[in-house]
Amino acid sequence: MTAVLELTDVARAYPGSPPVTALAAVSLQVHAAERVAVTGPSGSGKSTLLHVAGTLERPDRGHVRIGGQDVSALPDAGLSAVRGRRIGFVFQQFHLLDHLDAVQNVALGLLYRGGQARARRAAAVAALDRVGLASRLGHRPGQLSGGERQRVAIARAIVGRPGLVLADEPTGNLDSAAGQQVITLLAGLAADGTAVVIVTHDPAVAAAMDRRVVMRDGRIVADGQVTR
Amino acid sequence: MSLELLLGGWRGLCVRKLRTALSCLGIAIGIAAAVAVLGISASSRADLLAQLGAEGNLLTVGAGQAFDGSPAPLPLTAEPMIARIPPVESVTATGYVPGATVRRTAAVPAVDSGGISVLAAQPGLLTTLGGSVAAGTFLNAATARYPAVVLGAVAARTLGIGLVRPDTQVYLAGRYYTVIGILRPVPLAPEIDEAALVGFPVADSLLGLGGHPTEIYLRALPDQVQPVASVLPFTANPPQPEAVQVSLPSSILAARATARTAFTGLFLGLGVVAVLVGGIGIGNIMVISVLERRAEIGLRRALGATRWQVGFQFLAESLLLSGLGGLAGAAAGAAVTAGYAVWAGQPAVVPPGGIAAGLGVALVTGILAGVYPAARAARLAPAEALRAV
Repeated sequence: MTAVLELTDVARAYPGSPPVTALAAVSLQVHAAERVAVTGPSGSGKSTLLHVAGTLERPDRGHVRIGGQDVSALPDAGLSAVRGRRIGFVFQQFHLLDHLDAVQNVALGLLYRGGQARARRAAAVAALDRVGLASRLGHRPGQLSGGERQRVAIARAIVGRPGLVLADEPTGNLDSAAGQQVITLLAGLAADGTAVVIVTHDPAVAAAMDRRVVMRDGRIVADGQVTR
Repeated sequence: MSLELLLGGWRGLCVRKLRTALSCLGIAIGIAAAVAVLGISASSRADLLAQLGAEGNLLTVGAGQAFDGSPAPLPLTAEPMIARIPPVESVTATGYVPGATVRRTAAVPAVDSGGISVLAAQPGLLTTLGGSVAAGTFLNAATARYPAVVLGAVAARTLGIGLVRPDTQVYLAGRYYTVIGILRPVPLAPEIDEAALVGFPVADSLLGLGGHPTEIYLRALPDQVQPVASVLPFTANPPQPEAVQVSLPSSILAARATARTAFTGLFLGLGVVAVLVGGIGIGNIMVISVLERRAEIGLRRALGATRWQVGFQFLAESLLLSGLGGLAGAAAGAAVTAGYAVWAGQPAVVPPGGIAAGLGVALVTGILAGVYPAARAARLAPAEALRAV
């Protein structure tokens, strides 16, 4: 079976004196419907791993394959297309646009794919329904609770039905009740084959995933199934 | 898609209303100044053309100056001969009375004549010149025989006469004349403004003019002005056509009006400076906007936006800002033009070319102001942009 995400010997260092090695020869495979928690102390390279896996950042070395396609050689516009079609992102800060309502924010996830505005809107409404916010369609981020905002962001990430959802500390700004809802939602995405990779400090999140990858100093030091 | 990015830009501007309004202001002021200057000068020109009767068909015939600088007389036959030229619609003559002075009373020394000349005039003068009476009446066949005088606008002011009463008199060439009227300014013949007008019969009997006209005013059919002008010297003075001077006062006025538009260049320059400053303001605000919205840029890149799409979004916002400023400025300029025209009693003319040029300049400014911020936004690496909160 082809991996949804495959990192091979990926390295990334940031300039400085001495250069900061964020990733040192990391290899990782994530398959469809897999739920992976990436944990580790601050500065261990988790976020960089997520950025490289999400083609937001190019590795200095190594190969990144998304859905079997090697993206290392793609031009910038090609990477944009990969992100728009194959990857959904969820961020700790939600990154919702304040002047747009929930439907518009979610529809933004399809904007750069093209297609008809009406179809995008319909898909956005369906995605919001899926995250349980059918009653909040016209609300702006300022009128929503933190948990609701993150659910809008999750709807935006899945509105294009990507094969891979990458989440960076999705519960970091939420209280435990709202966080639990978000965890349940993200964990549930695997039901239709979506692979979910979550970078987190939150043990509750890690516990809800099938597989746990532990990083330290830019390397994967542990990778195994979560035992329940 | 481009349309939607534009729409997105518009929504973004609507969120920051005050900032948007202030950013537009510089461009708006510049465009308003330029449109108003163009509009006001166009209105003035339209007004002038209306004054000239649009056709500019007034011609004057003179005999030049005598050796002492006073107007030389034309032959007695000049006026009736000119009246016989078929395209001539109306004709009238004035005769300069040499050496005659006009004073308020005999007690005023003769040297204080105030530069007022005495002209013999025919009752039809105002019809041909398109002049009118501010107070009293003009000369008619009856008053032309008596020591009655009509004062030009400047002459009346010089003499300090503003009202025409039965006992209003001036001391003219050795005797008192009754003032029967005061004229409004005659733009086509300013020499009338500085004159005291008496009838030809009085000028002949009391002032010794001898009936000789010195200046003949005529209106020709508008499309026959040039042919009439070319035959006038021979008609007015057949033995000495070269001594006759023919002029077209309306063309002189039009030239003067054109000269006045030299000032519009200055104001247009100021408008351009304001637009430039406005453009820099927009560029500045866009750079700040790019810095503030790094997270949004990162998000859009994560959602699949290409560099070009991100850049276009910021360019579109800059264009919208300058376009808004241009529209507001053009409207304000048109309003100023209309207000000025109403105040000055002129027809309001807002040149469409000026509006179009103003909007064009605004949009070009917007593009120039937006290119650098847009490029900055486009160059921002997505991961780095997302780290900004």
